[in-house]
Amino acid sequence: MAKRSAPEVNAGSMADIAFLLLIFFLVTTTIEKDSGINRKLPPMEDSEEDVIIKQKNIFTVLLNGKDQLLVEDDLMEVKDLRAAAVEFLDNGGDGSCDYCKGRRDPSSSDNPDKAIISLKNERETSYAAYISVQNELVAAYNVLRNRRALEIGPQKGFRDMNFVEMQVAYKDARFTGNKTKLKEVIDQIKVEFPQKLSEVQ
Amino acid sequence: MSKFKKKKGGDLPAISTASLPDIVFMLLFFFMVATVMRENTLKIQNQLPVADQIEKLDKKNPISYVYAGKPSRGYEKYGTEARIQLNDKFAEINEIAGFVNAERAALREELVPFLTISLKVDKDANMGIVGDIKQELRKVNALKINYTTGKGDALSNLD
Repeated sequence: MAKRSAPEVNAGSMADIAFLLLIFFLVTTTIEKDSGINRKLPPMEDSEEDVIIKQKNIFTVLLNGKDQLLVEDDLMEVKDLRAAAVEFLDNGGDGSCDYCKGRRDPSSSDNPDKAIISLKNERETSYAAYISVQNELVAAYNVLRNRRALEIGPQKGFRDMNFVEMQVAYKDARFTGNKTKLKEVIDQIKVEFPQKLSEVQ
Repeated sequence: MSKFKKKKGGDLPAISTASLPDIVFMLLFFFMVATVMRENTLKIQNQLPVADQIEKLDKKNPISYVYAGKPSRGYEKYGTEARIQLNDKFAEINEIAGFVNAERAALREELVPFLTISLKVDKDANMGIVGDIKQELRKVNALKINYTTGKGDALSNLD
């Protein structure tokens, strides 16, 4: 006698499909990681020794209580800050910096090693504005460091990598290149364009 | 007689549920992987500002979180000014030193110098409270900090 009921669907391969999907999601999802702007606070020092810094080597950035930005005592939009900071850092006024491409204006900073950005904020400044300014100043350093990385990278065997990519590669365990060499390049760039950002309390 | 009975088998066979556990496990694993565990229950508003020159906070080094922001709904009795939250409760500015020391005590000794303080501050907070936190951190020599932000165009913070 012929059995007419539909045969049961074979569910044996369902588990395989499930595992396939599982592995797909495992590979494609990235776990949200915290990220942000790293800063190092200055240590508390009791010694009150005054370091004399020439006025032309200081780039003052003031963010007042109304979130207005004053750069070297002139009002400025946040979007113009990056270019202004780059110009200041890259000036190379005393000619000792052969990798600078600035205007060599004697009334601006001597060299990137001496150039200091001084950031001052007031208690009423909003945190959002402060982060924007911090971000732009870090960006200014990164612009210069990236440019330098593209100049010296190819000689050391790191083609088409800017500074930010170099740092990422250095931390990446899967990076296949020579890490000691990469570290040297990163350190050299850090010495050439040191991040000298001072915050006034 | 049986000739007429067999029509009865024409209705649908029961769907096999043998693979249901697989599907459930799949979902379970997916959520296990994709979820970020939140260590603290936030009692404050904590909408982080955005920036684009950011570095990842690597989990290899120990991180302690300091939150600040306006008390959120249900906690209005704590005022409308930005407050600091450490672990699960509101804290005063002078409790930060104790908090950092407690965090350090919980770490292995060789990791103590690498402790990073992640400042998760609401974008509407003002710099007064951030400056106070920074000053307290300097006092206990916790100098590695990270302004934790989201990723995005920094100029959009000001709108």
